[in-house]
Amino acid sequence: MIPAPFQYFAPKTVNEAIGLLQQHGDDAKLLAGGHSLLPALKLRLAQPAVLIDISRVAELKSITSEGDRLVIGAGATYREIATNEAVRSGCLVLAECVGQIGDIQVRNRGTIGGSLAHADPAADLPAVVLALGATINVMGPNGARSIAADDMFVAMMTTAISPGEVMTSVTFPILGKGEGAAYAKLRQPASRYAIVGVAAYVKLDGGTVAACRIGVTGAGAVAVRQPAAEAALVGTSGDDAAVAAAANAAGDGIDYLGDIHASAEYRQAMVKVYTRRALTEALRRARA
Amino acid sequence: MTAEAMSTKLVGQAIKRREDPRLITGQGTFLDDIKLPGMTHACVLRSPYAHAKIKSIDTSKAKAHPGVVAVFTGEDMLDLNPLPCAWQAGRVKNNVNTPRVLAVGEVHFAGDPVALVIAEDRYIARDACDLIEVEYEPLPVVVDAKKATEPGAPQLHENAPNNIVMEWEAGDKAKADAAIAAAEVVVREQIINQRLLPTPMETRGAIARYEPATDEFTLWTTSQAPHVLRLLLTAFVFGIPETKLRVISPDIGGGFGQKIFCYNDAAFTMWAARKIGRPVKFVEDRSENYKYSTHGRDHITDVELAGNRDGTITGLRVTTYANLGAYLSTIAPGIPTTLYGRIITGAYRIPAAYVKVYGVYTNTAMVDAYRGAGRPEASYLIERMVDRFAAEIGMDPAEVRRKNFIPPDAFPYDNGLGLLPYDSGNYEAALNKALEIVGYADFRKEQAEARKQGRYLGLGISSYVEICGVAPSKWIGLPGEGWGAGLWESANVRVHLTGKVVVTTGSLPHGQGVETTFAQIVADELGVPYDDVVIEHSDTLGTPFGYGTYGSRSLAVGGTAVYRSVAKIKEKAKKIAAHMLEANPDDMVYENGRVYVKGSPDRAKTLGEIALQASVAYDLPEGMEPFLDETSYYDPPNCTFPFGTHIAIVEVDPDTGIVDLKRYVAVDDCGNVINPMIVDGQIHGGIAQGIAQALYERAVYDENGQLVTGTLMDYAVPAAHMLPPYETARTVTPSPVNPMGVKGAGEAGTIASAQAVMNAVIDALAPFGVKHMQMPATPENVWKAIRAAQSAS
Ligand SMILES: Cc1cc2nc3c(=O)[nH]c(=O)nc-3n(C[C@H](O)[C@H](O)[C@H](O)COP(=O)(O)OP(=O)(O)OC[C@H]3O[C@@H](n4cnc5c(N)ncnc54)[C@H](O)[C@@H]3O)c2cc1C
Repeated sequence: MIPAPFQYFAPKTVNEAIGLLQQHGDDAKLLAGGHSLLPALKLRLAQPAVLIDISRVAELKSITSEGDRLVIGAGATYREIATNEAVRSGCLVLAECVGQIGDIQVRNRGTIGGSLAHADPAADLPAVVLALGATINVMGPNGARSIAADDMFVAMMTTAISPGEVMTSVTFPILGKGEGAAYAKLRQPASRYAIVGVAAYVKLDGGTVAACRIGVTGAGAVAVRQPAAEAALVGTSGDDAAVAAAANAAGDGIDYLGDIHASAEYRQAMVKVYTRRALTEALRRARA
Repeated sequence: MTAEAMSTKLVGQAIKRREDPRLITGQGTFLDDIKLPGMTHACVLRSPYAHAKIKSIDTSKAKAHPGVVAVFTGEDMLDLNPLPCAWQAGRVKNNVNTPRVLAVGEVHFAGDPVALVIAEDRYIARDACDLIEVEYEPLPVVVDAKKATEPGAPQLHENAPNNIVMEWEAGDKAKADAAIAAAEVVVREQIINQRLLPTPMETRGAIARYEPATDEFTLWTTSQAPHVLRLLLTAFVFGIPETKLRVISPDIGGGFGQKIFCYNDAAFTMWAARKIGRPVKFVEDRSENYKYSTHGRDHITDVELAGNRDGTITGLRVTTYANLGAYLSTIAPGIPTTLYGRIITGAYRIPAAYVKVYGVYTNTAMVDAYRGAGRPEASYLIERMVDRFAAEIGMDPAEVRRKNFIPPDAFPYDNGLGLLPYDSGNYEAALNKALEIVGYADFRKEQAEARKQGRYLGLGISSYVEICGVAPSKWIGLPGEGWGAGLWESANVRVHLTGKVVVTTGSLPHGQGVETTFAQIVADELGVPYDDVVIEHSDTLGTPFGYGTYGSRSLAVGGTAVYRSVAKIKEKAKKIAAHMLEANPDDMVYENGRVYVKGSPDRAKTLGEIALQASVAYDLPEGMEPFLDETSYYDPPNCTFPFGTHIAIVEVDPDTGIVDLKRYVAVDDCGNVINPMIVDGQIHGGIAQGIAQALYERAVYDENGQLVTGTLMDYAVPAAHMLPPYETARTVTPSPVNPMGVKGAGEAGTIASAQAVMNAVIDALAPFGVKHMQMPATPENVWKAIRAAQSAS
């Protein structure tokens, strides 16, 4: 439980951090809340020679609403997000999702940027990011760019962020009338990560489901959308039978993980159960 | 404690623990808080393989690393004997294999220590471990106790063919066979009691200092039994006089049994401190605690219970494979034998019972006593089978229990399995009280209604009996059955010139609050203010020999030693008072700290006056020695047998398999109660550990012998929100074994709870046809049990 030796830097700006990344290359790792990186260091699963601690970069911490968007700084902690009024009123599902991550210590330290950059297969946030169609904003030596949620999660613990880049913020939509979203999660009892986590977003037009996005995490190596289930719901009234049909269509195209906490077979069954639960709640909210 | 409160009895009162102001304000001194001048830090290199030959070890790079003081391997420590196995129960013959301080030639589990680095700080020591080069030749691995005994299984030790440590039995096989053959109904199951990781909040460790001038060691270590440890280390491991070692247990952050035993770190810190001439500290990290320190449970059991359709149980036959790990820990063979097999019939009068236990070596960490130690396994087995039987014959499980309970007039009761007789009990009273609190009849109605709506409620009963205060020495000490040593306790009580009372005991707390309860007893019995009594413990210098704190024995055995020393003090005080009052000693009455002649309470001498007289000593009865100072060595005539009934209510979500534990009722009978708050605390913590086994915890090794649940990210110790509030109550059936009528409460909660929860889960699943499922009832296990039952029917 003692990490290998490392050099430590604490830049004050994003540009400084990018400079340090350039200088140290592959030897360097960004350190945010440390709740994924430090356990890996302590178990010596990771031994970076240089840590660049971005937790003191003020510009990464802001949470603002800009028109119909919420812009959450990559360095915002789960607790800051979960208790933020603009988030709670504009995008409750995000607050609810981060409010269920780990325990209070984890929520006090862990950041949205760290979680999304780490892309743990069992992390909660990727499901919500996919369902809401969020945008991940990054900055690198060549300037800023944005990554669409659907392009973000490439493989297990691999994202579309390039090695020299720093995630600066994540943009979420503010949900309006006729829109609803919900997150439903089966917790791994020790870590409280998601064994299966399903986020659902729906938009009603009159009495009909006009749009639906479903993000699933925990089940496979990487968080994914559920196009078949989404398509099954769109155009229906979103009644119980339609939800059941959509839930039944969920779960294909995932390369399921199996471990001591849940077999692949069980994860597959739970994707359907939790899709039903998330859709039911999202629809209830959209109608409210 | 104020002066007014003094006059009322303290025993029976929920006095706040005197230990707590210190401990909860961060003022405790735990092992890792201790820093000695010149102290060095040890780190252990452990085998990544579960079974391998060590072909070579190259420590040269580690030795050259800046800040490293020394690096040692097993070859360097051949002057140390292997660690002892003190309880070779079950006719363990010539196949004892205990760990060496560091492995020599071969490793037998992942985590087996291979080399030791001593450095200026812990970071350097850890870094240098990575510089040691070890060449291993991997060998085949077996982790499952039953598979380990099968032909062709990998063999761990040459002297233990088929990996069998012992084959032990109790009861009457012919009678059990006949009962089962003749029975109207026989229910059969394979029941697995999964391996658990004890997980004390504070991990284990040791700090050793050596004084070359006197050739003496001082060892600070996280031990529940410092006197025994001193004996084992000196007489067995080092071969030095016992008097050359002082062992001190500082504040201990929970033990649960794991801190009873003689571990290698005590020995290697001492050995290295002597070698390098500087103190050496070793503290496990959590991963090491999980890999190396002892685990609990791990039984695979085939069980048959026979009975009649009227609900009478007529026979029980049990075969258990008890996984003892790669080597024998200090008292490992005693756990699945004396503390399990001999109480396998539980609270019931079962006329024909037989149990056979195989103790087995596997490529896993050692298994030894863990809170409850054998009794949780026994209690789980019989309580699960009684429910299974009740379901089979369609009878109410409470009724089946009533029908088969050992009745109150049958005590002392001999269960025929080689225990001394159960001391006292009223099992039905505890059951009825629990049923009343839970509202049993109403629940059954609610359950039936809920089922109609597709909701699955279940209720589980556990009526347990257990063994505490294991004794007497002439029974448990017998070689072949027991320790080959006694299990008494001692206490010294002194009343100083100032009237202050100093008690030293061989018992010691690591969370049980004995500083408080012992002081309550002494204050009451001597009639002195509570604050005038201090309890000293945990240091072999200055306390009389004691066997330590485990097996819920501190009060029943150690507390009784205190009580008896106090009685002796009172006798002497009466003689002195008689001398002072010029009266006949036989006419003296000791009451509330005063001694007077029967009938004249106004002319009294206080204990303070008597202590002063005894201490200044110029006017004492002819021939009397000065001072009020008395010691007792108390060897009880029997164990005590606490009992009770716990009831759990659950709701199961059939879509996910999630179990919601809605209510938990505990009615315990631990005899007379000294401090009800402390008893409740012990019960609460115990229940949490049993619920943990039922719903969350399991230690998992993969087939290569790697501990998959090697960190708290995978081993699910429940947090507060994963446990329900507990509704506790008591019945009181005093023990006739000891003068205070006490039994013990440290483990009861754990012994009672796992099966209450599992019986509830299985009751909830009855509509699906589920008859049994293994622990833990994780969502997936429940979900699979439902589907398996559905596809079978
Ligand atoms: C006990 C425990 C329980 C947990 N339970 C859950 C749970 O229930 N659900 C869940 O989702 N997660 C859980 N986690 C993980 C937690 O959410 C982590 O905090 C999160 O995964 C990482 O965020 P961090 O800020 O701590 O990042 P760090 O650990 O500091 O970094 C993680 C990775 O992200 C990189 N990184 C960090 N910030 C940036 C950035 N701005 N730009 C680019 N790269 C960056 C780092 O270089 C590193 O590779 C748990 C963790 C613990 C310890």
